[in-house]
Amino acid sequence: MLTLLIPGLLFVPLACAVVSVLLGFRLAGCVARVGAPLQLALSVALCLAVAGQGGGLYVLGGWEPPLGIALRVDGLAVTLVLVTAVVAAACGLHAVVYLGVDGEGPRPFWPLFWFLWAGLNGVWLAGDLFNAYVALELITLSAVGLVALGGGADALRAALRYLFAALLGSLAYLLGVALLYGSYGTLSLAGISALATEGGPERLALALMLAGLAIKTALFPLHGWLPPAHSTARAPVSALLSALVIKASFYLMARLWLDLGGVLGSAALAQFLGAAGAAAIVWGSWMAWRQTRLKMLIAYSSIAQVGYLFLLFPLVFEAADAAAQQARQGVTLHLVSHALAKAAMFLAAGNLLLAVGDGRVAALAGISRHLPVSLFSFGLAAVSVMGLPPSGGFAGKWLLLQGSLASGQWWWALFVLAGGLMAAAYVFRVFAASYVESAGSDRFRSPPLVLEVTPMVLALAALGLGLVAGGPLVWLAGLSPEAMSP
Amino acid sequence: MSAAVMLPVGALAPSLLASIVIFLLPEDRHRVRILVNLGAAVVKLLLVVVMIWGVFQGRDYGLRFTMLPGVDFVLRADALAVMFAGLSALLWLFTTVYAIGYLEGSPNRSRFFGFFSLCVASTLGIALAGNLFTFFLFYEMLTLATYPLVVHRGTPEALGAGRKYLAYTLSGGVVLLVGIAWLHGVAGDLSFQKGGHFANVDPSTSGALIPIFILLIAGLGVKTAVFPLHGWLPSAMVAPAPVSALLHAVAVVKAGAFGIVRVVFDIYGLEISEALGLLDALRWLAAFTIIYGSVRALSQIDLKRRLAFSTVSQISYIILGISLFGPVGAAGGLVHLLHQGIMKVTLFFCAGNYAETLGKHRIDELDGVGRRMPVTSAAFTIGAFGMIGTPPLAGFVTKWTLGSGALAAGMEWVVLVLVASSLLNAAYFLPVLHRLWFRQAAGPWPDGPFGGRFETGAWLLWPPLFTAAGTVLVGVLAAMPFSPLSWAELIAAREYLP
Repeated sequence: MLTLLIPGLLFVPLACAVVSVLLGFRLAGCVARVGAPLQLALSVALCLAVAGQGGGLYVLGGWEPPLGIALRVDGLAVTLVLVTAVVAAACGLHAVVYLGVDGEGPRPFWPLFWFLWAGLNGVWLAGDLFNAYVALELITLSAVGLVALGGGADALRAALRYLFAALLGSLAYLLGVALLYGSYGTLSLAGISALATEGGPERLALALMLAGLAIKTALFPLHGWLPPAHSTARAPVSALLSALVIKASFYLMARLWLDLGGVLGSAALAQFLGAAGAAAIVWGSWMAWRQTRLKMLIAYSSIAQVGYLFLLFPLVFEAADAAAQQARQGVTLHLVSHALAKAAMFLAAGNLLLAVGDGRVAALAGISRHLPVSLFSFGLAAVSVMGLPPSGGFAGKWLLLQGSLASGQWWWALFVLAGGLMAAAYVFRVFAASYVESAGSDRFRSPPLVLEVTPMVLALAALGLGLVAGGPLVWLAGLSPEAMSP
Repeated sequence: MSAAVMLPVGALAPSLLASIVIFLLPEDRHRVRILVNLGAAVVKLLLVVVMIWGVFQGRDYGLRFTMLPGVDFVLRADALAVMFAGLSALLWLFTTVYAIGYLEGSPNRSRFFGFFSLCVASTLGIALAGNLFTFFLFYEMLTLATYPLVVHRGTPEALGAGRKYLAYTLSGGVVLLVGIAWLHGVAGDLSFQKGGHFANVDPSTSGALIPIFILLIAGLGVKTAVFPLHGWLPSAMVAPAPVSALLHAVAVVKAGAFGIVRVVFDIYGLEISEALGLLDALRWLAAFTIIYGSVRALSQIDLKRRLAFSTVSQISYIILGISLFGPVGAAGGLVHLLHQGIMKVTLFFCAGNYAETLGKHRIDELDGVGRRMPVTSAAFTIGAFGMIGTPPLAGFVTKWTLGSGALAAGMEWVVLVLVASSLLNAAYFLPVLHRLWFRQAAGPWPDGPFGGRFETGAWLLWPPLFTAAGTVLVGVLAAMPFSPLSWAELIAAREYLP
């Protein structure tokens, strides 16, 4: 079963990409209508298969490493494959309508979209550092291309800036990979973690890889490229970038830390990464609160939300098993619910933009009287972003709180809590604007129904995740204890 | 699924479903919306009545499933839960009728009633929550569902009040969350149970319990509007009158007070709270808030603002009652949960009628209104006398029970507080009544939206009449079975007796 599913997950998007290159926007959109549900079905099937027979290492095409490609299929990986499928399928179906609403959409969109999806699956399943690098580059290049589709000088400038930042990150990462290969003679994560011993070059290698990936994750203070890139892109692109792309590099960081951090990391590095995350929460929320444009607000919110993820590093470092487990689960839940919620927010924001034709928050005055479903979706997603119950964001926050209290690092709990309040401050600015009753707020263009449905589905998923989080977490914990333990 | 599981879920469902249906209804489908609103209110009330009967017979309703590792979602109907559920279900029916009349012809009704229903669903969830975590879940949901109602008018004042409301309640929520998370770390997942969880803890070794208690009370105290956390409540009176009724009588402040009751009774337990000196602190806080709210009410010119400060004062009666450390005092506090609700809802309905029919908001504009609107003014008078504590009305029963409880517990000073508060209540309500009935109107009355012939619309008139009648009945019939007082005594007895 796995021998069919895993290549399928990688090759279906590549095949769709190749086909889409040959077709125009509309025809490629028809390909997407078939391909996206197919990918979603494959991802669900993979989850079920892994739940049934367990994960493990999988060798692509039967070629053993170092010649062949080894993939690691465990609970965390398949969870992310599934989340990617849900978000990407929603964004894809949204894009079919959204980008085509004013005539023919941009032709390069579909190939880039499919390359991005293939790259994401590649990162989640990567079993060695070099293949992870290749997949990451595929993601970066298609993401930069997608940003440039925003059109206009602003989008091009943002895309270039993104490209330079991402390339710098790649170089640092690649340097670290080379150092590790020099020391251990293998690139497989499992192999390295079996061999790893403390040593100067190896420590430097880990630090370099983490630094490079931190740039791509837009960790404060390396986040400067993100707000322009995510806010000038078209709505479905912004959703993909914020929900998934920045998570890919974080995922590699987390993998490296969980496998190698215990040996090659240090308490100082762990606290430093945590502090950067905490600063990101404060700075990102503050900047989000100050923005006058809706999509900039959401983009800065992503910087803040990514900050929570970095609390993983101090919370699992040399912590007791129970506390570390809570932190891992909390970060996983937060990552998943942020992916769903942020995608919903960007898609909903795109609809609101379409409805009022103006990107400022103040332009939303009076929009709530039209009862747009999108505003409601935005609100439901915001519940998760604010970390209020019963959302997945709350469940993640609760576990992070418990983890930080249990490991005796209560100061991280303060940032988690303050972040929720600051998120409320910027999110409710949007709602307050939507309630303003002012003259001339009656120009309102109703978006097509499909566009209203996709963000709603994603937002409901983020909201409902908290209610049912117990089951998946138990499943995750039981599936791959050794792969996830620090 | 068995009836034991279906009933609590069924009681939650009508308002939740109503909210979804109403959101989906087009703005101009007024009749359908009214039907959905009233249907949900009636169904919900019936289900709650069935549950009250069941709990009286000793049946157990509830469900439980695991939300997160170590954390369960628990719904459970015990005597205290169905008391609060009964209050909110009954008053919701009246408030819905009133709101339909109040908002007739105004825009954005779909939005309003959608959130209105969501609000009551959250309140019922709060009532039926079986542990602190579930309580918190619905408590925060209530905050979010109320905000759109507070800012409904979209004016700068309304938006400002909404901002203040959120700043207070969300911060309170965070403090509460810290308390809950800390308690969870110390003691695990705590369901509400008779006598609390710490009965056997040695008071001298219970280090974290005091700071956790302070966090929990501070978090809950924001919605309860305990001094100095009451600032949002008077500002929030810019909301439409049915929303004020909801905030003051049915949902928000009651949710806070109910939470404090739960923490003291069913998490900590009375014995340990008293031994740690926590009840003592609560008593003083409540006594101070009672006097403070009344004094501030004296100087308010806007009628709804005066009522708001009156709420600040009256809600603390509940806190005072449960901290008196004795079954009689506890019954006095619990019964006020209901009595304050029914009296305050009457007063806000009437204030809304004055504002909606005649455009009168300030107290000094009310000269002679008693002759123009006799029925509304009669209801207002009953509510005001009830608040002052005139026999045989609801407020008298509360104050009498509280006083007996204080004497039984040997705390005579509490009686002084009650007397002082009653005098202050009289001092800020009697001038209003004097203006209503004994002064001449300054000029001819405006026609208003209902024409000159009728007092006001029927939808606006019946609810205050019913609740005013309720104010009289719960007082006169206080000794009957199933009266609020006997139900409160039942809860208090179950709590104190082994």
